[in-house]
Amino acid sequence: MGLFDKFKAGLQKTQSKLAHEIKRIVTRSPRLPAEALEELEAALISADLGIDMTAQILEAVRKSYESQGTSGLDVFAVAEREVEASLGSARVELLRAPNGPTVVSVVGVNGTGKTTTAAKLAHLIQSRGQTVLLAACDTFRAAAIEQLKHWGQRLKVDVVAGAYGADAASVGHDAVAAAQARKSDYLFVDTAGRLHTKHNLMQELQKLHRVMGKQLTGAPHEVLLVIDATTGMNALNQAREFNKAVPLSGLIVTKLDGTSKGGMVVAVQRELGLPVKFIGLGEQPDDLQPFDPKAFAQALFARQ
Amino acid sequence: MFDSLSSKLQNAFKNLRGLGKISEANVGDSLREVRQALLEADVNFKVARDFIERVRAKSIGQEVIQSIQPGQQIIKIIHDELVDLLGSANAGLELSGNPSCVLLVGLHGSGKTTSSGKLGRLLLKHGRTPLLVAADVYRPAAMDQLETLGRQVGLPVYLHRGETDVLKIAREALEFARANNRNTLIFDTAGRLQIDGPLVQELVRLRDLIKPQETLLVLDAATGQEAVNVATHFDQALNISGSILTKLDGDARGGAALSLKAVTGKPIKFAGVGEKLEDFEPFHPERMASRILGMGDVVSLVERAAEAVNVDEAMRMEEKMRKGQFSLEDFLDQLRQMKKLGSLESIVSMLPGGAEALKNNDLSKQEKEFAHTEALICAMTPQERRNPPILNAKRRQRIAKGSGVSVAELNTMLNKFAQMQQMMKKMGKFQKMMARMGGGAAGLLKR
Repeated sequence: MGLFDKFKAGLQKTQSKLAHEIKRIVTRSPRLPAEALEELEAALISADLGIDMTAQILEAVRKSYESQGTSGLDVFAVAEREVEASLGSARVELLRAPNGPTVVSVVGVNGTGKTTTAAKLAHLIQSRGQTVLLAACDTFRAAAIEQLKHWGQRLKVDVVAGAYGADAASVGHDAVAAAQARKSDYLFVDTAGRLHTKHNLMQELQKLHRVMGKQLTGAPHEVLLVIDATTGMNALNQAREFNKAVPLSGLIVTKLDGTSKGGMVVAVQRELGLPVKFIGLGEQPDDLQPFDPKAFAQALFARQ
Repeated sequence: MFDSLSSKLQNAFKNLRGLGKISEANVGDSLREVRQALLEADVNFKVARDFIERVRAKSIGQEVIQSIQPGQQIIKIIHDELVDLLGSANAGLELSGNPSCVLLVGLHGSGKTTSSGKLGRLLLKHGRTPLLVAADVYRPAAMDQLETLGRQVGLPVYLHRGETDVLKIAREALEFARANNRNTLIFDTAGRLQIDGPLVQELVRLRDLIKPQETLLVLDAATGQEAVNVATHFDQALNISGSILTKLDGDARGGAALSLKAVTGKPIKFAGVGEKLEDFEPFHPERMASRILGMGDVVSLVERAAEAVNVDEAMRMEEKMRKGQFSLEDFLDQLRQMKKLGSLESIVSMLPGGAEALKNNDLSKQEKEFAHTEALICAMTPQERRNPPILNAKRRQRIAKGSGVSVAELNTMLNKFAQMQQMMKKMGKFQKMMARMGGGAAGLLKR
């Protein structure tokens, strides 16, 4: 970097600060009071947005608050706008493969609600009048296969399953073949919960995806990471590691019917650019809703 | 993280040397760093604030110990305070009655069913006769899951499929226990939100019926700020006697533990540390404090090593190394022992600053190299392993073919091994000296 460039870079900060001050004076905006900032910080942190994201939003809010004139808008309304903007715009639909069945792999750490989510997704597709198949690729956890089969019976969806301890990849292979033979529109693959820190388990997941891809080019077309809304900052690690092992195409946030706000998805989306496709709101089959950034941002700041 | 926290603190205290006492101004900067660390570990922000205040009050006016760095001194204060908060020595279970009941409650997916199985196994080992009771009447196949776990740990499970009345199940289970001489009942309940009135009431009625000696809240270690709400509500409704922290084998920093303890004041009794049923241990406040501050978990590593490594074997190995008789066969043994400790990744992540280091490094390459080395040695005859110099070109080609690794890699491996042997001979003298002083690797493990 030349001396001049350095100088310029150094000035940039001052300049933008100056520009902000001028804007503030021109628009006759008040300064943001410190108490309001503190209150906002508490709200952001307690919604699990994490330190970095909180700092970013606070800064953005300060800037837009101090340049919007004297209308005296609620600080929280400004923050809401900022979060909504950083969550990206339009709703994102489930992908559809150009031909043949669309294979959707549902992954995540233990206990986030993968099995329930896979069943809910199947219900959603069914209610659209499309055909669907479920694959029980969690061959590790006790009774995981029964759990999915129960759902299958309840929803009248067929479930492809193997035996416990069997290679998940072989079940995946059979399920894809079955979906092809039946010309199903969608196949949802319920995988075993695994902590993202377990290298061998992540490799097992890679293998499952590889094998399905060999049976049907492009499969899995969609890989959805299920995140529990009560999770704190570890969600970012989870998303990072899963994305490294098996490139993700979206997120599903579950258990948002409680009091947790699931704020960490904002940080996840900011860092990895993964859209939230659905949110889980309960234990019933139709408790899966498309994600709405506006409503989410509003809920984030809803004061109890 | 610890490295960065401690270096930041070091910086904040650069000017403190020479001062007699720690003052308000000195502490301010460093406490901001600590607050940051706590929030990053998911400690509830209110809990973090109170904690910081306590540390502030404790550290101001403390004499600066000249011999150690002031930054370290502050860290010590913080660490001690954390340990203090996290738990008065780990509390066991109070199981006095016959039969006595343990009730497990918590959110969905926190690990209640798995914990039931693990706890049952532990109590069985301690001479009790547990009965697992499937009281989760909502989640599909939850009963099957408990039944499978019961079979795996060799415990009876009371289940009544199709019954939706939890109280009825409980009454039947108590009767079953009396008839079959089981002295401890472990109730696995359905996951529920702490704000779900009717479902929480169901738990209250269940508690009133079975009058459990222990009501344990099961909480996922990765829980965020919400931990406070969850703990408060469950404690208010059920007056819990303690908690179980699960999924501690992940990389969550586990600040939820501090939040939990701070709002309920009830001890954290157990920790779930893996997928296998034996991965369940008493909670260690000491280690949790280090973890929340990002200081690594050397204690656990040493414990794991002690479990995986055979002490006599280690002594024999040490002797060989000292005398320079370390052969490829021994090398193979060592590799295999190390494997028992877990993946390189998991070992490194337990070291201070290890988690941070792992972010930028992929250890799977080294891991692969180990696997290659193992394959190479396995492809050798015992004679070759004991006496590598006899390896001529023909033998080398055969070994490469047999192991699927290239000859070039075999050569590199042998060169490295030769260097290692040289080093060991040199170390021999040093080791002797150490041995006389009562040290040595084997000695460490024994203790």
